Amino acid sequence: MSAAGRKMPAHAELLDVRGLTIGFPAGEGLLLAADRIDFQVMAGQTVGLVGESGCGKSVTLRSLLGLVPYPGEVLSGEIRWLGEDLRSASKQRLAALRGREISMIFQDPTACLNPVFTVGDQITETLRKRAGLGRDDARRRAVELLDRVGVPSPERRLEAYPHQLSGGMRQRVMIAIAISTRPKLLLADEPTTALDVTIQEQILSLLMEFQQENGMAIVLVSHDLGVISETCDEVVVMYAGRRLEAGVREAVMGSPRHPYTRGLIQAMPSLEVSDEPPPVPIPGQPPNLADLPPGCPFAPRCEFTRPECRSVPMTLDADLAGHGSACPFVGVAA
Amino acid sequence: MSAAEPLLDVSGLTKRFTDRHSVLDKLRRRPPAVLTALDGVDFQLRPGETLGVVGESGSGKSTLARCIVRLHEPDAGSVTFEGKDMLAAAGADLRALRRSIQMVFQDPYTSLNPRMRIGAAVAEPARVHGLIERGEEHDYATQLLERVGIRPETVRRYPHEFSGGQRQRIAIARSLAVKPRLLIADEAVSALDVSIQAQLLSLLEEIRRDLGLTMIFIAHQLAVISRLADRVAIMYLGRIVETGSTADVFANPRHPYTRALLEAHPRIDGTRVRKPAARAETPSPYSIPGGCRFHTRCPLAEDVCSRVDPPEVEVPSLRGGHLSACHVLPRMAQAPMPASVGDAGG
Repeated sequence: MSAAGRKMPAHAELLDVRGLTIGFPAGEGLLLAADRIDFQVMAGQTVGLVGESGCGKSVTLRSLLGLVPYPGEVLSGEIRWLGEDLRSASKQRLAALRGREISMIFQDPTACLNPVFTVGDQITETLRKRAGLGRDDARRRAVELLDRVGVPSPERRLEAYPHQLSGGMRQRVMIAIAISTRPKLLLADEPTTALDVTIQEQILSLLMEFQQENGMAIVLVSHDLGVISETCDEVVVMYAGRRLEAGVREAVMGSPRHPYTRGLIQAMPSLEVSDEPPPVPIPGQPPNLADLPPGCPFAPRCEFTRPECRSVPMTLDADLAGHGSACPFVGVAA
Repeated sequence: MSAAEPLLDVSGLTKRFTDRHSVLDKLRRRPPAVLTALDGVDFQLRPGETLGVVGESGSGKSTLARCIVRLHEPDAGSVTFEGKDMLAAAGADLRALRRSIQMVFQDPYTSLNPRMRIGAAVAEPARVHGLIERGEEHDYATQLLERVGIRPETVRRYPHEFSGGQRQRIAIARSLAVKPRLLIADEAVSALDVSIQAQLLSLLEEIRRDLGLTMIFIAHQLAVISRLADRVAIMYLGRIVETGSTADVFANPRHPYTRALLEAHPRIDGTRVRKPAARAETPSPYSIPGGCRFHTRCPLAEDVCSRVDPPEVEVPSLRGGHLSACHVLPRMAQAPMPASVGDAGG
């Protein structure tokens, strides 16, 4: 817990992403999995990236640590970590950041844990390499960590192999590894999507608790508006690699401006049983990134489409601190 | 009770899966491990009714569906469809019964043959069951595909040319091809994005209304079934722990597990009080706890809960037929949601 234990001043800006554009070669050209993405993360804050499959939320998250899968690459934009430019940072520098100051957890903990090593091996490895603890200290700390994330009989569980644990327990182990170095920022990619709803609740509560204790910031990627809206301070709604709407949670979820956000919220299955006709779903399919319409990517599915939608450039009309929408026609403040 | 004969009557349905007897267990003279997937499930389904079956992983909801159509042979219990014993049926009888009950599965990527054009895939079951003649396939498939919102000019394409949502529409068209009476949708919309999910729920709603279908709609999320289901059955570790009309169960859940599910459901309006809804994890179906199967996670558990398996008792409700298998909650005063379970248990 050497350098990572430094106290951050409240509201210090940790991460500043501007104009992030990620491309994948496709045939002759390129498709843009993320197109001019901007967002900032303050210490202790939770920022949510929400959208349906293929909207670019996961690749955006991975790009922050230089983990864009080949053959994709970051084409332009800036990623600044405490002022330091991460796009031009060396592999060694990124490797030093990963798991120390910035940790990441994924949707599928089975794929992230090594099946031939015990849970204990994998936690103590991180502690010894990243936090520089000795063998015995690392083991003691591993027991503490497992206990902290709610794994029953932690000492015995150190000897367990990943396949001997349930999905929820494996995700707890991943979280234990991720937080073992007290990172300033946790990148969480659909961390509860594979879990049952009662277990999801436990895992989300756990993450929020850590945040309270350590002032850790979180970037949470999820397709579930409910999860996003219960955990995030700020929300970025993505579609076809673009930001369509962004702002503080209350504003985006409470009074959404963009027709896509409105449609998504209406399409959410609800616990209300009513005899009223259900909301009209968003028609059509998400667009093919290799074949995007000019102008607004949502135009082909939008009920308010007009001819200008195909030509007007769609950029947010306010930054994250405000409440920006990429639609210049609907939901414009009077 | 309604005057209408039930279309489907399931009683005492039990299914156990026995593991292969490992060498180690043989040496130790231990019997092979037994997983209890279904442990005495009873319910009735009236014609035109939709039952939502909700439960988390390992609750036995998919095994239930598979036992009804005899993709698994149940170990005990009975399944009666239109007065006929499903489990005793064989040969032509079984084929006819299976025609009347169709299933739609979760993963439209594996439930369609990748080497079969979608038109052929949709028409095939109708031809096999003798509903159409050779040569009528194209028209029949086109009609069905149009019904589920797939453009007729695509009937000669292969499944990989379609998105997940479209494939699920094709799978629905295929299940409708044999004019079933009962449609079982096993997590049919769970793998889809929210906007596509809403489209498919609308489609299923329309089809059910137009064809007068009876449905069993299985999901792990309560919210997904609220639109379609008239009644809901909540499953936990192989048993139905609460059942009743969807409106009654959602507004006034009378089993702590149902409450936990409702309380854990994230909401976008920020009205929910976050708190751990149920302790610990679901126990293994290899060793279901004695007494009430939920007592290890229940915030209301009392002494009796770990000793006695609670019988289903009827609780007062607006629409009737509301049953809960709990020792504690049904006898407590009605506490409307979202009352805190913790407070009520004090």
